[in-house]
Amino acid sequence: MERVSGLLSWTLSRVLWLSGLFERGAARQPRIMEEKALEVYDLIRTIRDPEKPNTLEELEVVTESCVELEIYISEGTHSTEEDINKQINDKERVAAAMENPNLREIVEQCVLEPD
Amino acid sequence: MKDSLVLLDRILAHPDSRCWFLAWNPSGTLLASCGGDRSVRIWGTEGDSWICKSVLCEGHQRTVRKVAWSPCGNYLASASFDATTCIWKKKEDDFECVTTLEGHENEVKSVAWAPSGNLLATCSRDKSVWVWEVDEEDEYECVSVLNSHTQDVKHVVWHPSQELLASASYDDTVKLYREEEDDWVCCATLEGHESTVWSLAFDPSGQRLASCSDDRTVRIWHQYLPGNEQGVACSGSDPSWKCVCTLSGFHSRTIYDIAWCQLTGALATACGDDAIRVFEEDPGSDPQQPTFSLMAHLPQAHSQDVNCVAWNPKERGLLASCSDDGELAFWKYQRPEGL
Repeated sequence: MERVSGLLSWTLSRVLWLSGLFERGAARQPRIMEEKALEVYDLIRTIRDPEKPNTLEELEVVTESCVELEIYISEGTHSTEEDINKQINDKERVAAAMENPNLREIVEQCVLEPD
Repeated sequence: MKDSLVLLDRILAHPDSRCWFLAWNPSGTLLASCGGDRSVRIWGTEGDSWICKSVLCEGHQRTVRKVAWSPCGNYLASASFDATTCIWKKKEDDFECVTTLEGHENEVKSVAWAPSGNLLATCSRDKSVWVWEVDEEDEYECVSVLNSHTQDVKHVVWHPSQELLASASYDDTVKLYREEEDDWVCCATLEGHESTVWSLAFDPSGQRLASCSDDRTVRIWHQYLPGNEQGVACSGSDPSWKCVCTLSGFHSRTIYDIAWCQLTGALATACGDDAIRVFEEDPGSDPQQPTFSLMAHLPQAHSQDVNCVAWNPKERGLLASCSDDGELAFWKYQRPEGL
């Protein structure tokens, strides 16, 4: 969880710093998000229920498809976190921003993980 | 509840991209769709199936967000993220781009034709709503730029019989506009939603307006004219609009579109939880405090967010929907038995 949220908040802070190029906003790349959802699932599925010998996955408490990602900036890290949250969760705004090839390139660089 | 909405056909209308919006022509024989692939597609029936009759792909350089037919059915307008609005003229089975309306500073989010056919409205992320006049020679002129909203304007729709325009915005409000002495003015602001208002629909009489929002509710607003029996205060000669019903607890994600059937009064919603819902007003409900019941709820109507729902203007119960998965679907809605 920490690793995922760390990567996300680093990415977002980079994008926001570079966002002088357009009004404001961040990006959401569907393929990357799917991978992140799977990463999150991978981290939580082996958690054991304290009252049983089984993992959450074995008990079918969690499944791959139940992990959804909504992005939120933690309170206090930015003075207009509500503004940013609203924009990030507006898929029309994100889609329009991602049509700008310069922005798309920048974001792709940000989410590229070192191999 | 599932049986009241039956799938008739499903088509991959915009492969590898989102299908953003749909519009039936006034005679209900053609459906226009538009998407992230920058194209507009025209669909018609051939026997029992729906086929693509035309692809309009040369008009825009970016996503086409909405399409709208003129009341006569001979023209189609398309609004795009490339900041322009194209006007297409129907020539037999094909369409030709006859004008491109420019002026917005950034993405055009919506376009709508007034019932008279002489006026067009567009709105944009630049926070403005533009009103355009069209003359007999197909010349378009911008007659007003309205800067009432404080944020991105998502949708515009005209009243079914009056020259009254409504707009929905990221600023959480709905605004209404009318012409006053040769200029357009904002005559009402409807507050109440707690987040972006994505879409609007007038009821068949034009006395009520439905709005849907990122706050996961639908609100029904009722028009009160000056001197009304209910004693609702009006400012001068402008009608007042009051929220008379809020539908909450039905949708688990943003509601992207709402459509009010002009034939039956049924209300359909398109939701980010991939479902389609249909509501109907309870018989005998008080017009000042109407109640609506959920008549159909189809989870996983699509595999991703449902972006648009559109009732066929001539065929009762025929509903079209489209999704982020690029698909377009046709449904038959029938009020559940015994209700």
